[in-house]
Amino acid sequence: MAEVNTAVKEKEPLFGSKEKRLITDPLNDNNPITVQVLGICSALAVTSLIVPSVVMAVAVIFVCAFSSLFTSLLRTHIPKSVRMIVQLVIIATLVTVVELSLKAINYPIYKDLSVYIGLIITNCIVMGRLEAFAMANKPWRSFLDGIGNGLGYGGILILVAFFRELFGKGSIAGFGIIGSSDDYLINTMTNEWFGWYSNNNLMVLPAAAMFVIGIMIWVQRSYNTKLVDIS
Amino acid sequence: MESNAKIIRFVVILTVVVAGVLTLLREVTLPMAERNEEIFNKRAILSAVVAEIGDGTKTIGDYSDDEVLDIFDKKVTQTSVKVDGSTVADIQAEDIDMAKEKKKDDAEKVLPFFTYNNEGEKFYILAVRGNGLWDEIWGYIALRSDKSTIAGAAFDHKGETPGLGAEIKDNKTFPASFKDKKINDANGQFVSVLVKKGGAEIGNPHQVDGISGATVTANGVTEMLERGIKYYGPFLKTVE
Repeated sequence: MAEVNTAVKEKEPLFGSKEKRLITDPLNDNNPITVQVLGICSALAVTSLIVPSVVMAVAVIFVCAFSSLFTSLLRTHIPKSVRMIVQLVIIATLVTVVELSLKAINYPIYKDLSVYIGLIITNCIVMGRLEAFAMANKPWRSFLDGIGNGLGYGGILILVAFFRELFGKGSIAGFGIIGSSDDYLINTMTNEWFGWYSNNNLMVLPAAAMFVIGIMIWVQRSYNTKLVDIS
Repeated sequence: MESNAKIIRFVVILTVVVAGVLTLLREVTLPMAERNEEIFNKRAILSAVVAEIGDGTKTIGDYSDDEVLDIFDKKVTQTSVKVDGSTVADIQAEDIDMAKEKKKDDAEKVLPFFTYNNEGEKFYILAVRGNGLWDEIWGYIALRSDKSTIAGAAFDHKGETPGLGAEIKDNKTFPASFKDKKINDANGQFVSVLVKKGGAEIGNPHQVDGISGATVTANGVTEMLERGIKYYGPFLKTVE
């Protein structure tokens, strides 16, 4: 009897180690902002306050995850000549879903973020992951990859916003910490130790985000041995 | 290379599905979105008289959405007016988009006019819009029934610099400095209020302090007030 070689189809677990890596890699080793250097534009623009940054992060996670999912589901059917256009349509649709939902759920935040939600369409991270991963991988793993990259982006955003809001406006998520009136925990006008302190106006400008991110990249590369000497 | 037919079929199906999903979502969320926008605008209008609402200690953000709608419903009457003093019947003042009106010729402009009735005391709320340093600025000015004394003001902007031009909104003391200033002089002539660089003359009812480092925005406010309030001049004369 001839031996029949049947290839064993590897059953992919829902949350095996490879799947976990899809989510954890972009948080540190392959962070979209500090390592891949993508999505910098919105990282500079919305991070002057923590709350809009959180909303932005959630929006990007949603768009990245689901556009990866849908692109992966359709990857064998998308005609090659319209590949990027179709990806763009998927991304734009999801961003519009976010915009419509935000308008109905929290109008003031929608007004705050105004054009930046729409600009998620141009966020390189989303398109980048579709091209680099979703077009060549299975749906569930693409979904996880989208979530991972969204989380990596969101984490950096909130971290940058934390410093910018604290040192630029003296508050954390709108709660006043240090400033020149009674709205703040430490009132520099009346406090005997902090009378000299005034908020750093540079932190409120987008350029400050550049400095903060630069410092973060520096710190990350100093401590993360895997990133030393990669360009 | 796929055939053209396949490409077209894929693209058409994708477009129809996407259009369907978005249209459906919009229809479902439209009532909520419109209500939110209404509350947002009404909050902005009431922020000019917030010091006169209740005991005056709350900021406009302290009132809930329903409270804002309630106050507006019960205490505010609205009229749409033209620069020549006439009123326009079929346009709701709260629907007027000041950004659009700003672009029209003076004769074409239709401006919103609100009257806040606080237990017999009347306040007239006017809408003004102008140019700051980087983009447009706007605001609401509340006048007392003598049509000259300012009861309150509220400002907003699109893209002024935080810490500088943005102080017209972020720093409570700026709009508060307009309280009790007068737009008409002793002879009843309209002189508006000047945002004075370097500080207002003490005791001058037609000047308020400027903002350090925000001269252009401050000048924008001065111009916006002078031109914007003047538009309401003819109509204000007819109001009792």
